[in-house]
Amino acid sequence: MSSSAPGEDAPGESGASPGGEGADPPRALVAGHGDFAQGIISAVSQIGGRVGAFVGMSNAGMGAAEITDAMRSHLDESGIGVIFTDLPAGSMTIAARRLLRERPGLVVVTGANLATLLDFAFHAHLAPSAAAQHAAEKGRASLTVAGGQGAAGGEGAGGG
Amino acid sequence: MAVELYRIDDRLIHGQVVVGWGQPLDIGFIVLVDDEVAGSDWEQELYRMGVPPGMDVYFATVQEAAAAHARYAADPRHGIVLTGDIETMCRLAAAVPSIRAVNLGGIHHRPGRTQRLRYVFLSPAEERALRDLAARGLAVSAQDVPAARPVPLADVLAGRGDA
Repeated sequence: MSSSAPGEDAPGESGASPGGEGADPPRALVAGHGDFAQGIISAVSQIGGRVGAFVGMSNAGMGAAEITDAMRSHLDESGIGVIFTDLPAGSMTIAARRLLRERPGLVVVTGANLATLLDFAFHAHLAPSAAAQHAAEKGRASLTVAGGQGAAGGEGAGGG
Repeated sequence: MAVELYRIDDRLIHGQVVVGWGQPLDIGFIVLVDDEVAGSDWEQELYRMGVPPGMDVYFATVQEAAAAHARYAADPRHGIVLTGDIETMCRLAAAVPSIRAVNLGGIHHRPGRTQRLRYVFLSPAEERALRDLAARGLAVSAQDVPAARPVPLADVLAGRGDA
């Protein structure tokens, strides 16, 4: 488990409640800045009721080595084979990529959003790597821009 | 002056650096000064993947960074010079007298360190090193992101700074 630095935001796991009836063992780690993991897992639960698919962790209060150690502990303890991170350039992503070197079967998805995690949660019948690939495509497709054609300077025009 | 920030951050290249500082300062390049990373292609590739298109990252030992500093300073783009620990920044500052300010961006909990700010933990030796930098005329302050108030070293060491 991740350690807590004194006086800082509580790092470590967040939001991975058992999920109640029919709860499945966690299949993925959601790793993000601040309360990202806790918040997005809560949103998955509200929409899909499948919060048990995920374990969350925050990087709050941790240096790079601690983040990697905490992430490794989560994987060891749960057998999780997929990590979703929030920011491609973030410290969580760097740590996850480090673990990729140790664990060739690990799958890392960066830039995860709610559509990504919902799709993953609802594809529990797929192998984790296939579900992660499917979820990444869903998350990418969920990003759209609407409106803005009348804005000064024309930004957003033709944005699809 | 092309180098906008000399930052100590044990996470090295990460969101606060690339996005938090990188966007408002319009950063075009990062110099990651770390003897270990400079000697590892794999580590370099890891950090290179964290940098968005259009932003260059250069890897250098302290000696290499000191030798190339004039080139960084003459670069028409804005840049950040980044070290992962205080000791490395002190060595760089000793070799490059034109460095006049150092930013404490993230020095996290580790055995032997005492918390000074939410994101700054220091050992007695690290505190002495920072005092030495300040005694040589460098402005040392802590500021994790641009929107935060810079906390002068005296306040950092006194534990005054987190609102």
